[in-house]
Amino acid sequence: MSSEMTSADYIKHHLTNWTYGKHPDGSWGFAHSTDEAKEMGFMAIHVDTMFWSIFLGVFFLWLFRKAAKQAEAGVPGKLQNFVESIVEFIDTSVRGSFSARNALVAPLSLTIFTWIFLMNFMDLVPVDWLPSLAAWIGQSFFGADPHHVYFKVVPTTDPNATFGMAFAVFFLVLYYSIKIKGIGGFTGELTLQPFQSKNKLVMLLFIPINFLLEFVSLIAKPISLALRLFGNMYAGEMIFILIALMFSAGLGMGIFGGFLQLGWAIFHILIVTLQAFIFMTLTIVYLEMAHHEH
Amino acid sequence: MNINLTLIGQSITFIIFVWFCMKFVWPPIMGALHERQKKIADGLAAAERGQHEQELAEKAAAEKLHEAKEQAGEILAQAQKRAGEIVDEAKNDARTEGERLVAAAQSEIEQEVNRAKEALRKQVASIAVAGASKVLEREVNESAHGDILDKLVAEI
Repeated sequence: MSSEMTSADYIKHHLTNWTYGKHPDGSWGFAHSTDEAKEMGFMAIHVDTMFWSIFLGVFFLWLFRKAAKQAEAGVPGKLQNFVESIVEFIDTSVRGSFSARNALVAPLSLTIFTWIFLMNFMDLVPVDWLPSLAAWIGQSFFGADPHHVYFKVVPTTDPNATFGMAFAVFFLVLYYSIKIKGIGGFTGELTLQPFQSKNKLVMLLFIPINFLLEFVSLIAKPISLALRLFGNMYAGEMIFILIALMFSAGLGMGIFGGFLQLGWAIFHILIVTLQAFIFMTLTIVYLEMAHHEH
Repeated sequence: MNINLTLIGQSITFIIFVWFCMKFVWPPIMGALHERQKKIADGLAAAERGQHEQELAEKAAAEKLHEAKEQAGEILAQAQKRAGEIVDEAKNDARTEGERLVAAAQSEIEQEVNRAKEALRKQVASIAVAGASKVLEREVNESAHGDILDKLVAEI
């Protein structure tokens, strides 16, 4: 980290995405500061988030596609064994909690688990490496001010990424709810429970209350899904950044920080895997609920 | 931390990845897994069948062996019996032959003895005749006194 930055600047720099968008004056371009990125509003895109997520996703699909092409019933190789054990793990999880027949759910779960795991895993790369590399490239090849080169490596610390996935899952939940239960069945599920009454007039009174309760629980699904992942990864990233701050506070603190970083990184391996698994499991459970009346 | 177009971009990326995974990654891997499962199950069944067959074959072999042993015992017993019989027969033959030989020898000896006796008798007769003629100092007419001489020979 550069010495002329204050700690607050350092943290802020690390938490700002590399943004390409529409400036308030109507022209399109990269944002040169956090404020500028904020002013762009909705018409902006986080280049680093998109780059890393697509890069990791393509890597995952390339690796698994490679194994899939070689896949045969004979004795499996190392890569095939590795890929197959993951696929089997996902398949067992899906079979355990999803009872309906749907060819989409298992590949969806595999994609969610592996992709999120890889994106989360970027958290374990020391926080300054890739941003420093990006700053160096920006400075030496594009003549940019290194302080204005923003590079956030972990896509899942960007709420856009987690909400993007959660909304896609939510869309699937709505789609299958309506497809399986029909519009009538789905609205019935939203309005006719949990409060029920034999008396028609009382029931009519219950409908808006039921709808309010059920709608909130429905909307809570994608939001909790996205925020849980984002919150965990963001907090983890934040702690890595705070530990990294210790490296500029003298030798003793630096060594202490090194141990802290090691410890937190080891603990984070658990969080990284767990969050990917939770996202996947909840997706399966939500889709299972969409397939069955309750 | 701003919500912006990245949200939509991520959703689209996600959907494309899922679609790709569903079309090109999941089916071949699952297919291979199921095929291998079937193969292994078949192999295990075949192994079990083989084991069963081996057990049967072992049992059959043991039975055959047992039978063969019994047969061999039988044959051996028969052979021993037959050998005993042959030995007995041979002994009998030998005994009868021996007896026959002994009898023949005895009869021959008897004949020899008789012949010798006869010769002796004759010699004694001639000696007696010679003696008598000496005593009488005259020749005895053999034809006239033959009957007396014969009586004398028979007495010896």
